[in-house]
Amino acid sequence: MNRREFLHLLSAASAAGLALPLDPARAEQAAEALYDAPAFGNVSLLHITDCHAQLRPIYFREPNVNIGVGAMANRPPHLVGEAFLKHFGVPPATRLAHAFTFLDFERYAALYGRVGGFAHLASLVKRLRATRPGALLLDGGDTWQGSGAAMWTQGQDMVDAAKLLGVDVMTLHWECTYGQERVKEIADKDFAGHVDIVAQNIKTTDFGDLVFKPYVMRAVNGVKVAVIGQAFPYTPIANPRYMVADWTFGIQEDNMQKTVDAARGEGARVVVVLSHNGMDVDLKMASRVRGIDAILGGHTHDGIPSPSIVENGGGKTLVTNAGSNGKFVGVLDFDVKDGHVADFRYRLLPVFSNLLPADAEMAALIARTRAPFESKLGEKLAVSEGLLYRRGNFNGSFDQLILDALIAEKDAEIAFSPGFRWGTTIMPGEPITMENVLDQTAITYPHVTLTPMKGSQIKQILEDVCDNLFNADPYYQQGGDMVRVGGMSYSCDPTATMGNRIGDMTLDAKPIDAEKTYKVAGWAPVSEAARDAGGEPIWDLVARHLRSKKTIAAPTLNLPKLKNVEGNTGIAS
Amino acid sequence: MGNPMKIRAASKDGVTEVKVLMNHVMETGLRKDPAGELIPALFITEVTAKLNDKVVMQAQWGQAVAKNPYLGFKIKGGQPGDKVSISWKDSSGDSRSDEAPVS
Amino acid sequence: MNLEHPASRRGFLRQTGLLGLAVSAATFLPRMAYAAWNKAAFDAKTIADVYKTMGVEAPTASAEVQLIASDIAENGAVVPVEAISKIPNTTQISFLVEKNPTMLTAQFDLGPDMLPEVSTRLKMAQTSNVIALVKADGKFYTATKEIKVTLGGCGG
Repeated sequence: MNRREFLHLLSAASAAGLALPLDPARAEQAAEALYDAPAFGNVSLLHITDCHAQLRPIYFREPNVNIGVGAMANRPPHLVGEAFLKHFGVPPATRLAHAFTFLDFERYAALYGRVGGFAHLASLVKRLRATRPGALLLDGGDTWQGSGAAMWTQGQDMVDAAKLLGVDVMTLHWECTYGQERVKEIADKDFAGHVDIVAQNIKTTDFGDLVFKPYVMRAVNGVKVAVIGQAFPYTPIANPRYMVADWTFGIQEDNMQKTVDAARGEGARVVVVLSHNGMDVDLKMASRVRGIDAILGGHTHDGIPSPSIVENGGGKTLVTNAGSNGKFVGVLDFDVKDGHVADFRYRLLPVFSNLLPADAEMAALIARTRAPFESKLGEKLAVSEGLLYRRGNFNGSFDQLILDALIAEKDAEIAFSPGFRWGTTIMPGEPITMENVLDQTAITYPHVTLTPMKGSQIKQILEDVCDNLFNADPYYQQGGDMVRVGGMSYSCDPTATMGNRIGDMTLDAKPIDAEKTYKVAGWAPVSEAARDAGGEPIWDLVARHLRSKKTIAAPTLNLPKLKNVEGNTGIAS
Repeated sequence: MGNPMKIRAASKDGVTEVKVLMNHVMETGLRKDPAGELIPALFITEVTAKLNDKVVMQAQWGQAVAKNPYLGFKIKGGQPGDKVSISWKDSSGDSRSDEAPVS
Repeated sequence: MNLEHPASRRGFLRQTGLLGLAVSAATFLPRMAYAAWNKAAFDAKTIADVYKTMGVEAPTASAEVQLIASDIAENGAVVPVEAISKIPNTTQISFLVEKNPTMLTAQFDLGPDMLPEVSTRLKMAQTSNVIALVKADGKFYTATKEIKVTLGGCGG
């Protein structure tokens, strides 16, 4: 602990009335306090999700805009900043407050350091398993995608890391963007006898046969536990359908009920769903499907400290969401008595890499997998003067950088960039490396496009994506953020209906003309035609832009003017 | 004549579940070819399903049934060794019949 | 995100033949080879006309009719739908797509040996309500569900 950290802890802790770690020895105590999670009950589940191939420690800024509409307004996960802390009773200006919110991010990130990293995650998992014999480790998916090394090895680095970490069961989303053959190859070869892929909602397009086991039954300390898989329902819509041409997804609520009933019929005393629905969808599903003890959720990257408890016709269901980028481990302890869950404890533990020793075996594996790519990943492209991050409903500073690069390099009037929720954070003054760029862009359909588009078409696209984010019925949402827009201005009323949310579209202070054609740059097209047309990978374009700039000033975010969001706890400045 | 259908018929607990994939273009008559000419409508209009020799269901279809149509239904009764047959007629007068044993 | 969407969507609409409604479908409909096919019902452009030509009077929405389909279509050209009726003496199940140029898509007449459960796959031009229409003892019942047809991309 350096002097700056010490002084900060002093002021923060005294403000919060907390005991002080006064020196490095006591920093140990901070780790003890954070990770000494006493065991409870007889069935424990450890949950990671959406690590997006981040094998090494990173920074990750949580969003300051995560708006909920309709019944979803002002309740988890749609709380940011102070409202979040207040709702969950997290003391402000603490390590936990830093883990869960964007508040004063640069200051606390400098103080508390990086998060995640599989070597540190591995030592935490070992620590938790030591006090929870028989605990299952569940991986909610989005594990194999999100880094250059993962992309270049078609997910192999993550597959090997997950096996070493001891993942027992997983479900899928971005994994599918390596193509259905690759997923089956890993399921049938690498994972055979190690990791079960489960999904009750992936079926063949011909006769609707299940592609994976809908659930697995595991005995934990003599208690039969069923883990049902729920893959991302809209994989063939949000990502290219041609990659999973023979598979069909969907929420499949009716089949979920049948699967729960089948698991109970087979003697399961605990039934959990390992879900990639996204939290709003999980909350709705929990209110309608009976017999699930907990839905362990991901996809929407919400780091939620305590579960939502949802009542339904069969009792109560816990709904959790365990954040992203390897930053958190969810720990769900059940006390199972007389054949049913009598009580529970839940913790969402942040993985602070400087509080957890690196597991030697995992560190060695990571070093080995990275070795062929180190020099390419390590190229310093430019220096960032400001904080670069992605997460947020409408824009992030790294996305703004991508938009600026698209407009400059393609000589476009307008640029669009997808509302992905993965992508790490770069601190001010740090070099932007090729690895950083790939952490924001590494996908298997990375082509840059330049498209003449009428004003009416631009409006249609913005409305369509906006409805995927703000439809009042979560079953109609897809879980990504709003498409990032460069060059033009617009307003957005999240509370309006499809076709009526986007307004005030202007370019250079002139209204966008519905009939006029504009040059629009973008990337990540999902059609086969775009794949066949090729196009430069986005990371090459961004890297070229960065090399030519050398220094990147803090980008000015192009944000829509928001309407009807006064008092919404999902927004903070 | 068209290409053969894929038919799956499985008996379980006194019910025979039938799944059929037909092979048909299902042209609506509103689609243009690359030269800008309208492609004439051509779609299945009638479907008949039989268990052994008894008709159990008849269907009428319009243009908006998807290409290479799928049909799923359940028959009371039926057992392994029985025969399910499906036939269709399309708007050009073409027709086709296929059958499969119940498993 | 899919910037070539407007074009590809048009392509899709062309492909499914659901665009260009100004062209009269009737012009290109084939000569009817089979008397049994209810041409008037399949040509009808409004729900009222579909019902009239099918002899449907005042159908009632019923919780005993279940329409199972994805909330968002993975592909507007192939939208799986399943209807299950719990109403005794169900003899007919039909699927209608409100915003297609012609709404009636399929009608299934069930013999006494059938369970009242059928599934098929439909083409949809755009986001629309889909109706499962059930006939039982001469009366008609419906279940309605909105299925969204979206541009896709941008997720996750």
